[in-house]
Amino acid sequence: MAAGKTHDYHILPPSPWPIVGSVAAVMMTAGLAFWWHDAWWGKYLAGAGILGVLFTMFSWWSDVRDEANSGDHTPVVQLHHRYGMLLFIASEVMFFVAWFWAYFNAALFPPAGDAVGGVWPPKGIEVLDPFVYPLLNTLILLLSGTTVTWAHHALIHNDREGLKQGLWLTIILGVIFSALQAYEYAHAEFGFSGNIYGATFFMATGFHGFHVIIGTIFLAVCLWRAYAGDFTPKQHFGFEAAAWYWHFVDVVWLFLFLAIYIWGSDFGRAATPYFG
Amino acid sequence: MATTFDAHGDAHGHAAAHDDHKLSFVERWIFSTNHKDIGTLYLIFAIVAGIVGGALSGFMRWELAAPGMQVLPWFTEGNIDQAYHLWNVFITAHGLIMVFFMVMPALIGGFANWFVPIMIGAPDMAFPRMNNISFWLTVAGFTLLTISLFVPGPPGGIGAGTGWTVYPPLSTSGHPGPAVDLAIFALHLAGAASILGAINFITTIFNMRAPGMTLHKMPLFAWSILVTAFLLLLSLPVLAGAITMLLTDRNFGTTFFDPAGGGDPILYQHLFWFFGHPEVYIMILPAFGIISQIVATFSRKPVFGYLAMAYAMVAIGFVGFIVWAHHMFTSGLSVNTKLYFTAATMIIAVPTGIKIFSWIATMWGGSLRFPTPMLWALGFIFMFTVGGVTGVLLANGGLDTYMHDTYYVVAHFHYVLSLGATFGIFAGFYYWFGKMTGRDYNELLGKLHFWLFFIGTNIIFFPMHFLGQQGMPRRYPDYPDAMAGWNEVASWGYVVMLAGMVVFFVNVIWSLAAGRRSADNPWGEGATTLEWTLSSPPPFHQFETLPDLTRMKAH
Repeated sequence: MAAGKTHDYHILPPSPWPIVGSVAAVMMTAGLAFWWHDAWWGKYLAGAGILGVLFTMFSWWSDVRDEANSGDHTPVVQLHHRYGMLLFIASEVMFFVAWFWAYFNAALFPPAGDAVGGVWPPKGIEVLDPFVYPLLNTLILLLSGTTVTWAHHALIHNDREGLKQGLWLTIILGVIFSALQAYEYAHAEFGFSGNIYGATFFMATGFHGFHVIIGTIFLAVCLWRAYAGDFTPKQHFGFEAAAWYWHFVDVVWLFLFLAIYIWGSDFGRAATPYFG
Repeated sequence: MATTFDAHGDAHGHAAAHDDHKLSFVERWIFSTNHKDIGTLYLIFAIVAGIVGGALSGFMRWELAAPGMQVLPWFTEGNIDQAYHLWNVFITAHGLIMVFFMVMPALIGGFANWFVPIMIGAPDMAFPRMNNISFWLTVAGFTLLTISLFVPGPPGGIGAGTGWTVYPPLSTSGHPGPAVDLAIFALHLAGAASILGAINFITTIFNMRAPGMTLHKMPLFAWSILVTAFLLLLSLPVLAGAITMLLTDRNFGTTFFDPAGGGDPILYQHLFWFFGHPEVYIMILPAFGIISQIVATFSRKPVFGYLAMAYAMVAIGFVGFIVWAHHMFTSGLSVNTKLYFTAATMIIAVPTGIKIFSWIATMWGGSLRFPTPMLWALGFIFMFTVGGVTGVLLANGGLDTYMHDTYYVVAHFHYVLSLGATFGIFAGFYYWFGKMTGRDYNELLGKLHFWLFFIGTNIIFFPMHFLGQQGMPRRYPDYPDAMAGWNEVASWGYVVMLAGMVVFFVNVIWSLAAGRRSADNPWGEGATTLEWTLSSPPPFHQFETLPDLTRMKAH
């Protein structure tokens, strides 16, 4: 395309993935809606839609990888990608604002009445001890922030083995985090439904966990690309985007840990009597 | 924008003008990665959605033309309860369609896609492929909303009758069927489309301005889209969270909004309006930008107070994030909270006043001409001022206790949206029609369209102020006989407006088929932005060699 161009911007050829992804998105969402309302075919439609979305992501980002490796990503285009990723993370921050808002709406002004009893954590809710698994998970995520930085510096110094080791460690730490979260979910004394505590706790930490899994997959793709010989010390934005994303989920966790696990626990209530 | 063009006379890239001929229909229009083609798709989509949303309002005015239930029972085989529900479905669909699938696609997807890259001297958007999924996800959202009209909603009824605000508990326990889930997913997809579009516009504007096109020389339309994109980026994710809470409350037994489980229905209103208030500026700021270009062009003067105009939009965008609870004055907020939100809301009148007075000052002493786009721009300034003044009234927490949920509010927001944003859309449509299609529209039909639409919409909406003062509530299909007079007047106004729309479509079809070839710059020396340096329509890829604007004049 655009053989006559003298600028460094990336003029793209037509692509089928946007419409394929949009059709899949309709199938996925409509399928879920009908599945939840007991249409027998809902889950098949949703399943097909989810596969379509995953297929779109794979195909689209494979194209991006090919374009990166064929030199389409000039310095200015790489700057586009930095802006794009930063803005995407900004929008993700605002998504978590909604869940924190719901949490603080209940926790700062615990409603009277049987469900909460005017105190936070609500009367009769036995919350998780913040200084066992949540503290361990905090340390795990902080450690994974250092290992991904190790991988990044190795990449910058063209130390491919260090890159792979750092990524492997980061991914393993991410998987351990998710496994511990799953273990703690399974052993929580409070449920997801019926009480505002469970709703805010599981949706806020659950969406965070979902983002950890996405981030882990993102890093795993980077590891696979490292083995495949992608990335140079000068050009490796795919890796950097994954690292930024990883730091973002780390920071969200720190806020969850402070606000929900510590301040929202019996310990937190004792330590901040004004809010009790 | 006052620019000197001698520096980039060779910038048009005519050599590549025929690239489009190598593409098949599917490649060009389904798989598109071209900002102008995607802009055209958005405009066509907005017109289609506008026809649907406008037809719904036609049925609504028809039903309201006289007291009693006469039109909607036709659709429900005489069942009066289902007719009442159908009314709720109509107002819901009308609101959602006009906001998410008409105004936003037209102003942001359509005009901004077409003209932001050109105005800043860029060959395309920063992410041309992502641009396309923004469009198709918008269509996907519209598809889901359409499906929702035909599936079960409340017990015994079909469709989502929740209002565009989707407040619980009507949207949770009041609608057990899948219709509301589909409407919510429609908002998710349209929202994702807009977030991706916002990322695209911000990156494009920050990163792809041609040499010399500094932010402080950038046309005000591009400024308006920059501010709008930030509002989209930061407000839509909060809506996504709120409606996801609705989904889990509806389907998985969470109690975010259910007091029986410690939840709080007012929480939803906070989250919704934290999005919803920036959303009204999302709809009006791009129109501000268009009006600034048009008023300057037809006054043959640079816009008055350029920097103040740009930063007034930034101020409106910023303050727009901290006034949301003025939509909730009757929900039991404390007096101190109402005090804050009253004061903060009124502050928005300051930057808005800067805009209105600067447009007037731009015209002052200008060499004025009044072709169709200028008429729409003047209509915009008049109508938006009326809606803005009633907005200052409604900003008062005390007064609003009386006005809330009456037709006074309906009149107010239709003056700023249906008459503000829509007049901005038509102004832009006529201003750029020749540039986009290569054909001139018919001036006589354009002016006839304007006058019919201007008179018709005023007849529809001005009497609603009186009905609101009489105490007529929103969202009811029936009313006491005492309110019959102004309701009948308003419904006749719809007929006048509809006649205007017929003229519009005749004009579009006639102009596309037989309009004169449009000149590169039909508006003369007042039109100084870069799109007027290109051919009409522009080449498939403009600015293959970037224009050098380093000698472009500042304001």
